[in-house]
Parts: sequence; C-alpha cells; structure tokens
Amino acid sequence: MRLSIYSLFIAALGVFMASCSMDNYVAPNSDFKGRIVYKGEPINVEANQVRFQLWEPGWGKLAPIDVAITQEGNYSAVLFTGKYKMLFPKGEGPFMTNVINTTVKDTLYIDLKGSQTMDIEVMPYYMLRNASFSKGENKVAASCKIDKIITDANAKNIERVSLYINKTQFVSGANNIATTNIAGSAITDLSNVNLTVDIPTISPAQNYVFARIGVKISGVEDMIFSPVQKIQYK
Amino acid sequence: MKKILLIKLLVLLAISWGCNDDEFLDRQPTNILTNEVIWSNPEQILSVLGDLYNRYNDYSTVKSWTSTADFNEAFWSEAGQYGNFQNNGYDYGAWGIWDYGYIRDINLFIQKCTAADKLDVATKDRFLAEARFLRAAYYFELVKRMGGVPLITEPLTYDFSGDPSYLRNPRAKESEVYDFIIKEVDEIKAKLPVDAAEKSRATLGAVLAMQSRAALYAGSIAKYGSTTPSVILQGGEVGIPANLATGYYTKALSAAKEIIEGKAGAYALYNKKPDLSENFSSIFYDKANNPEAIFVEDFKLQSGKVHGFTIANQPRYGAEEEEGGRINPSLNLVQSFEKLDNTFAPLETNTSSGAYNYYTNITDIFANRDARLAGTVMLPGTRFKGRTVDIWAGFQLANGSIISGDDRGAQKTLPGKTTREQVVGFDGPIDGFEFTAQSGFYLRKYLDPVTGSGQRGVQSEVWFIRYRFSEVLLNAAEAAFELGQPAVAATYMNQVRARAGLVKPLTSSEITFDRIAHERRAELAFEGHYFYDMKRWRIAHLVLDGGTITPTDLVQDIEKATKRSTQPYALWPYKIYDPSSENDGKWIFKIVKLSRVTGADRFQFGNYYSRIGDDIINNNPKIIRNPNQ
Repeated sequence: MRLSIYSLFIAALGVFMASCSMDNYVAPNSDFKGRIVYKGEPINVEANQVRFQLWEPGWGKLAPIDVAITQEGNYSAVLFTGKYKMLFPKGEGPFMTNVINTTVKDTLYIDLKGSQTMDIEVMPYYMLRNASFSKGENKVAASCKIDKIITDANAKNIERVSLYINKTQFVSGANNIATTNIAGSAITDLSNVNLTVDIPTISPAQNYVFARIGVKISGVEDMIFSPVQKIQYK
Repeated sequence: MKKILLIKLLVLLAISWGCNDDEFLDRQPTNILTNEVIWSNPEQILSVLGDLYNRYNDYSTVKSWTSTADFNEAFWSEAGQYGNFQNNGYDYGAWGIWDYGYIRDINLFIQKCTAADKLDVATKDRFLAEARFLRAAYYFELVKRMGGVPLITEPLTYDFSGDPSYLRNPRAKESEVYDFIIKEVDEIKAKLPVDAAEKSRATLGAVLAMQSRAALYAGSIAKYGSTTPSVILQGGEVGIPANLATGYYTKALSAAKEIIEGKAGAYALYNKKPDLSENFSSIFYDKANNPEAIFVEDFKLQSGKVHGFTIANQPRYGAEEEEGGRINPSLNLVQSFEKLDNTFAPLETNTSSGAYNYYTNITDIFANRDARLAGTVMLPGTRFKGRTVDIWAGFQLANGSIISGDDRGAQKTLPGKTTREQVVGFDGPIDGFEFTAQSGFYLRKYLDPVTGSGQRGVQSEVWFIRYRFSEVLLNAAEAAFELGQPAVAATYMNQVRARAGLVKPLTSSEITFDRIAHERRAELAFEGHYFYDMKRWRIAHLVLDGGTITPTDLVQDIEKATKRSTQPYALWPYKIYDPSSENDGKWIFKIVKLSRVTGADRFQFGNYYSRIGDDIINNNPKIIRNPNQ
C-alpha cells in the first residue's frame, strides 16, 4: 500500500515535470533594432518618452507592442518572426513621419525573419548640430547651431532652447540638476546659440557632469536634443 | 402477498402525490425578487435605485484618499506611495472608466419603471427622473475622462443570430455628450423635489448644479481647446468647436443663477461659526442643517456604510490607531493662499537680505492669510481633537548646525545641557518616515473631529460633498467672466471670498483668468476639481510639464494658473537653541525638497483623454482612439 502511494507521487511528479516544458512556447528570438535618423543623423530625444508601435495583424485581438527610443535615438525589440506594421502614434516625437504613398501613408511594413537592423527616416522640425560644451569656473558653457528642417506650411517656431546638466548620463527636463533657458523669440542667430549654466553643489561630490542642449518646439510635446556629453570640471 | 399490497399502496400514494405537480414545481423563488414583486412596490424600487446611487462614480472621493490629493497638491506620506513621486508621468490609461454595465442597469431600470403600472404618477416620475440624473452623471464622468463615448439610452439586446455587430455604436461627439447631459437636466428638473434638506437623492438643486458644471466644462473646452490643437479628433469625438463656447457659458450661468436665486431651495454659504477657518472645515463634517451641501454621498455609523478617510489622514501622534498622516499638503498649495489684502506672496521664511525670519509662535508665519488655508490644511501648532499637532523638524544652533532625530519625538542632549530632551516633533517631519507630516503639514479638510472616527472598528460617517453652493457661485463667476461680464463675476466671487475672510472686494477689473483659476484651486482643494479644471482649461501640460522645480522657481509667479507644479515641496519649522541670543526658542522655517521626491510629473497631450483599451476597440472597431496615444 505504502509503495503504491509513493509510486503515485512519483508518477504525479513525473507528469508535472514533463508538463513544464510541454506547454511553453519558444521565446521570441528575432532582434529588431536600429536608429531614428534624419538623412543618417540620429535624432536625440528624451529617454523613454518617444516610442513607436508595432502591430502584428492576423490574430484575433489586436494590441500594439510599444518600442521606446533611447536618448541617442536607438531602439531595439526582441520579437517573434512575423509580419509587422510599424507606425508612430500621431504627435509622437519632435519630428514628422515620412509619407511613403497615399495608401499606406506613413505605415512601414516589416517582414521580420531573424534579426534585422533598420534605420527609420523621419523629418525633424529642427536639427541641433555642432554642439560643443566647455567648462568654466563652476559653470558649463555650450553653443550649437540649430537648423530648421521643415520650412513649409508645417513649420513650427522654437519655444525655447534649454541647456541641462545632470549628475548621471540621463539628461532632460525631468532629470537635471540645473537648467538655463532662452526663449525662442530671444534668439537672434540660429547658427550660433550660446548658453551658460552654473553647476550647483553636488552631494555626494563628483567632479563631472553630463550636459546636453534641447530645443522645445511650439505645439510639439517632445524635445529634440544634442548628444549627451560628459564634462570633467575639476 | 402483504408485501405486494404494500408496494401497490406506495405506488398509488406516489401517483396521487404526483397529481399536484404544477403546484409543487411552480413556486415563487425565495432567494430572488421577481420583476412583478419589485415593480409594484415603491419601497422595493427605491432599493433598486439605491443600488444605482451606490454605483455613482466619483473621481475623487473620501473612499480613496490618494485620488483627492494628486498632482502635487500634497505629498503622500506612505512608503508604498513614494513611487508616485519618483516617476515622470502618467499612464495613458490612467483615470479611464468604461462601465457600460452600469449604464445598462440604469437603462433597464428606466425601461421597467416606465412599464410599471401600479405606481402613482408622481412617484414614478421622480424615480425616472432620478435614474436619468444618474445616467447623465455617469455620462458626464465618462466624457470628462474619455471624451465623446457611445450614447446608449436603451438596454441593448442580443438576438443570438451569431453576428453581434449591429450592437456596435460609434463614439458620439464630445459636444453631443455634453448636450445630452444638459438636455436630460432640462427634461427632468420639473419632476424632482425642491428640497434643500434632501442631500443624498437627486433634487432640483443637484441636477441644476450638475448642469451648470457640465455646461461650464463644455464651454471651456470649446474656448481653450484651440490652444492645444493636437488634442482634437477630426470627427469631434474630442474637442468642441470654439463657436459653441458662448452658448455653453450662457447655460452654465443661467443654471447656476437658478440655484443662487433660491429657485431650487434654500441653499446658501455655510456661515455658522465665528472662527472662519473652523467654519470652513465644518462645511465638510457638519451634517445638521448644512445649507451649503447640495448633493452628497452620505455615510452612517454602524450601518456598514462608513469610510476610513480620517484613519488614513489623522495626525499620527496620539491618533486612535497607529496610522494616519498620509496626505501631506505641499508648500506649493499652502503658499498659493492669498494674504488678506488680496495679494499673493510666498511665506516669508527669509528676509530680503537672505537671513532667517524669526517667529515667536510657530503659527505666526501663516498669519494674515486666507482663512481657508487653516481650514484646509492642518498647520504646525494648530489643534485637532483637542491635541496640538507636534510638527517641528529639530533645533538649529547658533552656528547653524541642526540637531534632530530620526524617530518620532526622538530625544538628544543639547550642547551645554545634561539631560536628554525631545529634538523633533512627534508628528515629524522626518524625511522618509511614513505617516509623519513630511511636508510639514497634515490635511484638515474632510477629517472627522468626532471621537472614534480614527478607529478602524468605528470609522467615519462624514459625507462626501459632490456639489456645493460655493462651487455653484464660482461656476457662475467663471461663466460670467467668460461672457464678458466681469462685474457680475466679481459679485459672485466676492461672496465666496468674504466667507474666507477676504473682505476687501475684488473690483471687476481685477477679475482675470488667473484669479478665477486660483479661487477654484483654493476653495475646492482636495475635492477633485483641480484635475478636471486643469484639463478643461488645457493647462495641465503646462503646470505638469516634466521640468524640475528649484526653490527659487517655487516662490515665483504664485498667482499664475500655469505655474509649474511638478514636484511637491515641504516647509519645515526649526526651533532656535541659542541661550545667549534673544532669538532663543523662536522659530525659523526652511523650504525643503524631500529626498523621496526625485521625479517630475509630465502630463502629456495623450493624458488629456484616457486611453480606450484595446479590448474595447477589438470588440467594437467603430471606436476610434484618443489623440496622441
């Protein structure tokens, strides 16, 4: 009797162990990655605030896969092999999407078979170029050139230009220790914009900060930034 | 042989018993009430209606303390909530609701009550009007959060044909939903009682108050929607054309005027107590002959319907349970209360040269301000349930160093002394110590001063006020201002302000948008208005723009409605310990950013209208998505 109960347990254990691997799917294994670019130049944005959506049609219930874009304009997602539709939600990012043709508008169709790297071309309202940062006596000075890319009826004005510094490499309006702003109306020469920001006391002390310049465009939620630069100031 | 006879008899018995099959099987159920039973008896109908009242949806309510104090009007002094001050935004799905089951139940109620033939006309009309009020109230809640939604006014029935697509309804325009609410009120208002003493059932006052608020919301979306052109859908599901603004504002003003002129019953501002701050906080707990409350959710001790708002937020020290102190109003809100001369100014922690201001009493720094400040916020040194709240952060010595403790009421030996003494308040503030007044303040509004209200076994029967007279006055003031009648607006606003001790009237030229926005923020703080006000004025993305706040930023532009408020700040009192100085024992105040506040809130365009879930859109592809999501 005792033996049969044990054997029952063992048999049950065997069933449970076996079922562990039986009903699992193979994990997604296709790497889909790349950058958001304008003519090959990456678009720098705020971390995790700009995203696009991937839809995989053909299944009963639809739900998008959100893919976030990093500060440097990179994205990456690990997906199942399949056919995806890729689009930016309306109003997302400091750019306009390129219209491919009148039927699909700006939707990209992606046939993902194994890993794939793809740069996505968009039309930013502005580009920040030649950003340079220099250290001063407890301050950071920065200059850059702002190029207006969209000049037709969709053009938008600059609301402000901001210089942010932070203790860590994540630098934005939400993550900073000091900021300087110039209103868009106060900028006379877009090809030479200069800003200076004082470095506050950092606790615990560190002898470096990270800095970047951002442009806020009127009526557009997400800002476009220069690349982040580490500044050793002591 | 005998056995066979017995069996025959038994069979006979069974058959003869079976003759009454119909009577035996066809019985009234004892565990449910049938339609015939309910719809012939007004008392039964009232209990069905009571269920519908209980499912009334409030965004902000005493049943959920966090919802009353969001958007950095307060810091949440509970360890599990700190994450809300460490993230940088809100989910697009936040604040979403979609309870068409509730609407169906109301529609069924209306259908069945209309068909009931054993009721007298007056009773039936009142029930029907109440149900339509509840339905309009829920559509109002839906349109505020989701924009235009499908307007379903009949119970939908599936015909089991295998194709349910005929039950799919598209979203109505945002303006159509507001029009529906306004029209429903116009149709039902004659059938409701004019009774200012009836607070928890629909009355003429309640429906007019709802109409005034709804029309005001629609008017402001029409007027201010153009400032955020990306928060608009082409089909009108989100966004209202600007040319409709005047019509809505006119309606808001006329509905409010009906209440103000007494046509809906004897409503008035609550003015029973000589101490204006006490008077203001009494509006929320004094349930006896309160002329200010128009429509409330009522609670009753020992009935099962009680709430724990006081338990969650009572001053922690000496509380009836070992908890409390969760809502800590922020300095952002506290400093926005005006001075008695109608000017805005930060609290004077420092002199113009940067030295500290020394105060003899801990409450002195708050002197000569709007009485609503002390009525809304429990300031250091004020009293609740006979006990002074013990809020102070420590001693400051002559050399500027601080002696404080990391436990409530911690003791240390001060330099030059031999005995240990208390160096920090029993109510804190201690950074990162939950349930202490980490911002330097506790909440007062809606706290119940009755003994036992802070006990888990008793709880509180303080009501939650959904509509009150002073909001109606402010609705009228705003509508009048937007219609170009600043003098009318000033009259209404000055009534509300005089009750708060701001007796110097505002002139019509002083009425501005910022003034109106401020008045609503001060008067209606922690009542759920701030969120919807920021949304309908389309200023939420400016106030919560994701930028951090420095102490210098904090004290500037206090009067501006669009002032950034992405992080809650604290104000900590310190006692001076310097026996050789005349300042010994006096108080100084410091503006503090709590270490738990690391994020800065960002309200995105996609947050203006909550996301409609993919499950809903999959079931009904006619539903279109909200903008920017």
